[in-house]
Amino acid sequence: MSKIHVTTSVNGDAVEFLCDPRETLLDVLRDRLHLTGAKEGCGTGDCGACSVTLDGRLVCSCLVLGAEAEGHEIGTIEGIANGEELHPLQQKFIEHAALQCGICTPGILVATKALLEKNPDPTETEVRYWLAGNLCRCTGYDKIIRAVMDTAADLRSDMKEAT
Amino acid sequence: MSLDDVKTSGFKYVGTSPDRPDGVDKVTGRAKFGADAYAAGMLHGAIVRSPHAHARIISIDTTKAAAAEGVKAIVTRADFHTDLSGENWNIMENVMAGDTALYDGHAVAAIAATSVLAARDAAKLVEVTYEILPHVTDVDEAMAQGAPIIRAGAADNSVPDGLHPNVVRYHESGHGDVDAGFAEADLVIEDHFRTEATHQGYIEPHACLGTLGGDGKGEMWCTTQGHWNVQKICSALLGMETSQLRVTASEIGGGFGGKTTVFIEPVALALSRIANRPVKIVMSRSEVFRASGPTSSTSMDVKIGMKKDGTITAAKGVFRLQGGAFPSAPMEFTAMCAFAPYNLSNVKQIGYDVMANRPKQAAYRAPGSPMAAFAVESVIDELCKELGLDPIDTRLKNASHEGTKASYGPTFQRIGLVETLEAAKAHPHYSAPLKPGQGRGISCGFWFNFGGETSVSLALSMDGSAQIVVGTPDIGGSRASMALMAAEELGIPYENIRCTIADTASLGYNEVSHGSRVTYASGLATIKAARDAVKKLCGRAAAKWGIDPEAVDWVDGCAVPSGPNAGDFDPMPIAEICKRMGSTGGPIVGHFEASPEGAGVSFATHIVDAEVDPETGKTSIVRYTVVQDAGKAIHPAYVEGQYQGGAAQGIGWALNEEYIYGKDGRLQNDVFLDYRIPVASDLPMIDTVIVEVPNPGHPYGVRGVGETSIVPPMAAIANAVSQAAGVRMTELPMSPPRVLKAMDDAKGG
Amino acid sequence: MHYHTPASFDEAAALAASATGITRFLAGGTDVLVQLRADIVTPDTLIDIKHIAGVHDIIQMPNGGWQIGIAVTGAEMTEHPALAAAWPGVVEAMDLVGSTQIQGRATLTGNLCNGSPAADSVPAMVAADASVSVCGPKGAHKVAVLDIPTAPGRTSLAKGEMVTAINLPAREPGGGDAYLRFIPRTEMDIAVVGCGVNLRVDGGKITHARVSLGAVAPTVLLVGEAADAIIGSTLDDAALDRLAAAASAACNPIDDKRGTIEFRIHVAGVLARRTAKIAYDRAIAAGE
Repeated sequence: MSKIHVTTSVNGDAVEFLCDPRETLLDVLRDRLHLTGAKEGCGTGDCGACSVTLDGRLVCSCLVLGAEAEGHEIGTIEGIANGEELHPLQQKFIEHAALQCGICTPGILVATKALLEKNPDPTETEVRYWLAGNLCRCTGYDKIIRAVMDTAADLRSDMKEAT
Repeated sequence: MSLDDVKTSGFKYVGTSPDRPDGVDKVTGRAKFGADAYAAGMLHGAIVRSPHAHARIISIDTTKAAAAEGVKAIVTRADFHTDLSGENWNIMENVMAGDTALYDGHAVAAIAATSVLAARDAAKLVEVTYEILPHVTDVDEAMAQGAPIIRAGAADNSVPDGLHPNVVRYHESGHGDVDAGFAEADLVIEDHFRTEATHQGYIEPHACLGTLGGDGKGEMWCTTQGHWNVQKICSALLGMETSQLRVTASEIGGGFGGKTTVFIEPVALALSRIANRPVKIVMSRSEVFRASGPTSSTSMDVKIGMKKDGTITAAKGVFRLQGGAFPSAPMEFTAMCAFAPYNLSNVKQIGYDVMANRPKQAAYRAPGSPMAAFAVESVIDELCKELGLDPIDTRLKNASHEGTKASYGPTFQRIGLVETLEAAKAHPHYSAPLKPGQGRGISCGFWFNFGGETSVSLALSMDGSAQIVVGTPDIGGSRASMALMAAEELGIPYENIRCTIADTASLGYNEVSHGSRVTYASGLATIKAARDAVKKLCGRAAAKWGIDPEAVDWVDGCAVPSGPNAGDFDPMPIAEICKRMGSTGGPIVGHFEASPEGAGVSFATHIVDAEVDPETGKTSIVRYTVVQDAGKAIHPAYVEGQYQGGAAQGIGWALNEEYIYGKDGRLQNDVFLDYRIPVASDLPMIDTVIVEVPNPGHPYGVRGVGETSIVPPMAAIANAVSQAAGVRMTELPMSPPRVLKAMDDAKGG
Repeated sequence: MHYHTPASFDEAAALAASATGITRFLAGGTDVLVQLRADIVTPDTLIDIKHIAGVHDIIQMPNGGWQIGIAVTGAEMTEHPALAAAWPGVVEAMDLVGSTQIQGRATLTGNLCNGSPAADSVPAMVAADASVSVCGPKGAHKVAVLDIPTAPGRTSLAKGEMVTAINLPAREPGGGDAYLRFIPRTEMDIAVVGCGVNLRVDGGKITHARVSLGAVAPTVLLVGEAADAIIGSTLDDAALDRLAAAASAACNPIDDKRGTIEFRIHVAGVLARRTAKIAYDRAIAAGE
């Protein structure tokens, strides 16, 4: 079967690949670009472990075709830290013990980063509903929610200081 | 070890919650899980699975599949070792069906091809001819006369005469005279309970990458709770020498007991042996639900007698567990755990292991115990309600303590049930007012905890830092706990220690990460290995000083003379000793190998508030508190995480999670959309209280904490929901239609 | 599978008309890709409509009505304050579909054309009396949303026909709508029952009403008896009782893994009451 040539951008880097029309963006990220931070927990958009951003919009990469990436900008977990400098969310997740096995962590970080960019002052309920599509089986979500709320508070006070 | 030998205070590192060593890898996406491995020339595997619950395999025609583009190997049962018996045969049969497909999703053939899509496409071309057989999936129906026989002759000699051939094992235990005990009671309540199977629901599907060459040497990378076990089983199923297969455990994306066996790993090796190329297999979520281990479903009868003052006079339980198409249901654990929290003069428990056309059950967090707690703690709650007794006071009155003859036989050593009940009673949650429509439930829970084969090595580097090598995959942060315990013993900072999970070629046999054994057993071994290394460090200092090694103590990372009589020498720091290790006797390595048997049993008490919508039967969990004895919390934040995670899984089991089989015997909800695990918006914050009653079997008093936390939730929630709904709920899950119907029936009756 | 990215509706419809085998249109992909991954439907021809001009737009027409492009996502609807103010029930219904991630992709048109009896946005659109614009061999025309689903997984759209926009009427003064669904969890489930109510009030009295139900029959139901039960009332308890009874009576559900027949019938009545109250309060607020 003939493959489709796709030109796109991943974490700001120009990327080209060939893919089968049936391959998802998740398949392409993992198997062709070897960016394995996005995980396949279900393949049906129910678990959020494959969360990425598509032109800044949070999506499940298992529900986007690789071919659809043409001309768009993809953001993955691998692009969240600035070199060795962790994003405040990444730092807080470690500090708050907000991960156990860590398989859902990349998806949850991509999702919460998108949340805080849209809503810097979310309530606990807002965080919980925003993350309803990111399943975690280890933590009971408690420490995840605390880490997100704490990061949001820190970022807000940083912003205040800056202004 | 007696309690006098247990260090319970004066810790410098233990009891703190530093950042985990694998934290950065896991928040940046760098950590390598099962599906994250790639190899040059790698093929992708796909598995052909039975769409029938029970069917004889007449023929498997692979002609079309073999001719498909990119296909390099096809295997069926004939490609595996034949001379197998016992559990190895059971696992083989589960990994790849022999002459009969025993459940929906049972593997019957597998393909390796050059791409995932090519393998999946080719799998669809395999033509299997089945003769459909009658099936049974319900535990009570499977025991009933006339039920389809899953496999004649599977029962062992524990099973009394006259039972259906699907009853394959029987357990009976207890002490005293239950009939006499019931006669003494002021009130006897007996009820029937049922629970549906649930899945461990780890977010990472099973995944592996296997290579097996013509030279008979194999390599396996996989997500597992125990890679020595993978090595042992895979080598048996492939008919190879165990040591010729090296298994490396990936980071593990959740297991909860479900990754203690093998499913796809032997298949990848068998395909690789034919194709002579590495083969990667990753299960889909649907395959995980259909073909990897769920829990048992149960049917239970519990009868308890109580005096007006709350004294339990007798208790009896009958526990029927369905564990899939193999003898494997953990019914003896169910029976043995059922009444363990209580100091009983008269107790009897009976268990039945029943086969049905479902996937082979696998361990799930305290396997068997949560179901028993649901039934037993519900009856106790009902007795308290009828007799007007406080549920915590009543449990305190009957609570097991040091010296109690346990319902399952042994005499308890130091245990912490009373302390958890007292902490629960004192917790503000227990006395907080409830709103209309809400109910409060409490429950106790018990789990044994295990030790098992454990091997740890601790090597010192020339700069005085240390590397620990353990063999138990890190599921919830155990590398941090090991490093804390080693830091404590060596007297060097936590940051100067790196803990790695070794492959099977690098250490002695390590039992699977299960039974809440890792912090206990690998922790104990880490401490002993560190002490071994310290002894060697002291020996080097003694030689340098020219004094007896016995005259050297180890204090804060330095060798020091043990007293004025030993001599007058400046403390010799670890870095100084290690710098010269090459010329003072060679590398300094501490190690420890044993099967520690002092895993202290563990108890918990949970409090939960639930609110039931009277118009729809929908339950919301509005407040939750876990109180559990950790013995000693090495890394308190991860202990809390275990408590919270167990509670959350229990909430799912209580309210919405269940295996739903159609009349055709096929699993209907094999996706997360319909297998409803709790999402973030379903849960409240989960409060935790860590009680520390030291375990005399561990140098720091550690008890396993991973499993007990899932034992009380279903009972506690059932007690809360029953109070809120005004009707006793006896079946799990307490899904909205079931609760609404119970409320309607109660009104009508 | 062949993947196409037509630049116009004509091109897309022509592709669909000439395709052999199974054809699917790809908007947000949240159903099409699930079915592909699960081997339920592997299309021979997949037509990605997101490159067609205008499909991402939400437009208010001169008459006050709304035209929603077929690639507009749930998130884009929720982020459109004027649309959310005019048709809160429709916007909330769409917002209930799946997770935040799904909202970044899923579309009203996709939710409708997937043909699920449990689609959340469909009862809300039916209550709103929405229509779809269709192009194809028979030319451009409009069809009521109510007439699109014909059976689970099936629509009335003929080969070569495709939806080009969704049309919502102008919100009239004193009007309000709402949609509620019942699910076992708080999120991520498929509706066990869904109910849409759209009504107008004048002086506290309901003058017009449309009541719809989802997931209780092979296709979405517009329940005239339920609307009649509250028209002329101030949504007093007696009217709510009549409404609930009419809603329950209209149900023709199945027993399945998501709910029993008796549960669905009962909850349809419960939801009808709750939904009507919200719509009524909104209508009163709009009339003030």
